[in-house]
Amino acid sequence: MSLDTVSLSGRKKEVVNNKMNFWESLYLIAIAKGLWITLGHLFTRKVTIKYPEQVRPVSPIYRGQHLLKRDEQGRENCTACGLCALSCPAEAITMKAAERKPGEEHLYREEKYAEIYEINMLRCIFCGLCEEACPKDAIYLTLSKKFVKAASDREDFIYGKDRLVMPLEMAIANTKTN
Amino acid sequence: MDQAIIIEKGIVIVAVFAITMLMAMYATLAERKIAAWLQDRIGPNRAGFGGILQPLADGLKLFSKEEFMPDTPNKFLFLVGPAISMSMALMTSAVIPWGDKLIVGGREVILQATDINAALLYVFAVLSVGVYGIMIGGWASNNKYSLMSAMRAASQMISYEVAMGLSVIALIMMSGTLSLKEIALQQQGMNWNVFYQPLGFIIFLVCSFAETNRTPFDLAECEAELIGGYHTEYSSMRMGFYLFAEYASMFISSAILAVLYFGAYNYPGMEWMAQNVGVNVANGIGIGVLFLKIFFFIFFYMWVRWTIPRFRYDQLMHLGWKILIPLAIVNIIITGVVILLFQ
Repeated sequence: MSLDTVSLSGRKKEVVNNKMNFWESLYLIAIAKGLWITLGHLFTRKVTIKYPEQVRPVSPIYRGQHLLKRDEQGRENCTACGLCALSCPAEAITMKAAERKPGEEHLYREEKYAEIYEINMLRCIFCGLCEEACPKDAIYLTLSKKFVKAASDREDFIYGKDRLVMPLEMAIANTKTN
Repeated sequence: MDQAIIIEKGIVIVAVFAITMLMAMYATLAERKIAAWLQDRIGPNRAGFGGILQPLADGLKLFSKEEFMPDTPNKFLFLVGPAISMSMALMTSAVIPWGDKLIVGGREVILQATDINAALLYVFAVLSVGVYGIMIGGWASNNKYSLMSAMRAASQMISYEVAMGLSVIALIMMSGTLSLKEIALQQQGMNWNVFYQPLGFIIFLVCSFAETNRTPFDLAECEAELIGGYHTEYSSMRMGFYLFAEYASMFISSAILAVLYFGAYNYPGMEWMAQNVGVNVANGIGIGVLFLKIFFFIFFYMWVRWTIPRFRYDQLMHLGWKILIPLAIVNIIITGVVILLFQ
């Protein structure tokens, strides 16, 4: 069997170049058929997702907005080692380290923490290399399941700790499931 | 008595005008919604419930846009173009019988702005003036694209007017009158003209697509080749007028199709209703029936738009001059022979 007789889809049609007969040349039947097809589409299910209200389900490994993780006691994992900033090919991450003071043990897991942690979302290419580089399990792109939304101001794209650190409720919920 | 007639006609005219404008407004929304549904989308749904306020938002946007005037020596004509288009689209609604009559306070109110005995001629006269709106607008824009598409539109409308007129002649031979009111009255019950003039109806329908510049005959605007067609240089509400005129004329030509071929406001059992329930109820339902027919044709215009691709210019002329006009003449001959044999 030669290749041009095979129909993989099962919808293969031979093209004919015959002259149209009288009824075909009127096009009326073809137009009626076309109208019937479009009428069918009038009643099919619409594929639109009404975005802000409905969100398209994302895959479990979808890389969205970054999340700075807290551990099971609600303490921030990040120790401001700077490996994520070093690994970042787009140079989107900056941070400033600070030393943990006595009485802050419930906030930060280790003696050093990130006082300022900023990601420039205009530079970020969402490659996930920061996540791979992190030795403390602190930064994740797959957990937040959030999109980085558009904004009208460049300043709005520099995400600080207020938007990056995992919310406490989420940390509490995580401990309950464990 | 004279005053009463003036008041009565005034109310009818204002109502017809308002309804035509409202229909044209919501035809824009219907177009977008139907386009979306036929393409498995939802369409505009943010302004108001399900997008019901979208036409208002569109109008507001058009009003707030900058009015641009191209560097043209024909500034006056540039302003007149959209005005002609709009007023010609609205003028036709004067002769359409929207219903038979209502009895208000012992007076018979005839639901028609004016019943002139040459209504059909009037419709064709107004339609052919409508070409001027497009032609003047395209000419005064001082832009090659506008001029080219205006020329296309003008030649298209003029050639299809011939076939349209010829297809209606067969109908006039049958009905023996030019008055739309009498044509409507003759189609009582299911005695619709479309059953006696199927060929004439198809010719008229195709020509009405061409007259309103709708797909598959939207050569005047074909965005792919001519940017925006004859209104390329127009902005703000002047362009809005052109777009609005298109929808208004779509509504009017749907009304004419319904009146001429689909029995106007008549429906089976109308006489029984008039005798047993009351004239007002029977005719009120009649108005509703006429609007249902009009809605169907408006839907049909939009349905066809998203089904059939645009004609090429030579195909358009071929269809108009070599197919539709001979067919219309054949239709006249057949009608004449049948009338001679059976009357």
